Amino acid sequence: MSDKPSLTDLALTFNHIALASFGGGLSAWSREVLVAEKGWMEDEEFLSAVTMCRILPGANQVNLAVFVGVKFRGIPGALAAVFGLTLVPVLLVLAMAYFYFQFHQIPAVQGILKGAAAAAVALTLSMVFKTGRKCLHGIVPITLFLAIFVLNGLVRWPLLACLSLLAPLAVAWAWPKKP
Amino acid sequence: MNIRTLTQILILFSSLSILSIGGGNTVLPEMHRKTVDSYHWLSNKQFADVFAISQAAPGPSILIVTIIGYKAAGIPGALLATLAMMIPAGILVYLVSRVWEKAKDSSLRKAIEKGLAPLTVGLILASGWVMSKAADHDWRAYALTAVCTAIFTTTKINPLFIVAAAGVVGWLGWI
Repeated sequence: MSDKPSLTDLALTFNHIALASFGGGLSAWSREVLVAEKGWMEDEEFLSAVTMCRILPGANQVNLAVFVGVKFRGIPGALAAVFGLTLVPVLLVLAMAYFYFQFHQIPAVQGILKGAAAAAVALTLSMVFKTGRKCLHGIVPITLFLAIFVLNGLVRWPLLACLSLLAPLAVAWAWPKKP
Repeated sequence: MNIRTLTQILILFSSLSILSIGGGNTVLPEMHRKTVDSYHWLSNKQFADVFAISQAAPGPSILIVTIIGYKAAGIPGALLATLAMMIPAGILVYLVSRVWEKAKDSSLRKAIEKGLAPLTVGLILASGWVMSKAADHDWRAYALTAVCTAIFTTTKINPLFIVAAAGVVGWLGWI
């Protein structure tokens, strides 16, 4: 690959993702930027990376930054991506914590947050449409999709339980057929 | 600030990092037990408030540890807690991603990529669902979500503008 992103690209891109996610929807922003805007990954690779980052311990988004950073630039890439993702949010959170412990109140941002959160949910839903269009063809994938939504979202089974039940079925279904 | 507190921060958050299978929020109950009940770094009420602050800020959801570290031992505590929460899990991801790159043409990787895709889309839908539950949305917020979803799905407008516009709608008190 000749057009590998530089360390600065990685840091700036993950900084952009982090700041855009004000109100939530960090996964949706990651796809928006990494797949749609930058074209650094295909949807399929992005989705499998996201799932792996969910299964492994650690914050999903930090894990994804490590994954993408390593993919392009090894360990320095991972450090650059995580640094970009966390630097400004950490400073912001520290400022908010300072105000909170000093004055025991958070500046009135409730209304703005409520609106931004509604839009963040919308971005997440549109990601379901955009990625689902590509992989939800046929009875089996649609059943898997609905099953894990019900178990994890509605019944609130732990992720590990959902995946131990459904992931082996999904992988067996997707195993490449011998020509 | 003292060395004993910093050591406690280091040990607590680096072990929570490795235990947080399924994301940072899965270890919140254990984090609460240790930081409120065992170490008395902050009160029950403060823990709940600090959680709300960390959710409101942009960026990864585990930044609650930054605030707890700050309360326990000032700025050094904040930085140490943040690093301790990220590095052990990050090393694990690094090791797994190395194997993943090497297995580019294996049947297993192809089956995992194709098979997990529908599951991941289902999990993303679930997280959208849980997010709107947690934000305690009423019908007006759902209506705003529906409008924004239509815009995101059918147009190429930069999502940032839409999020900002939705923030203004909330600021005006329309939802």
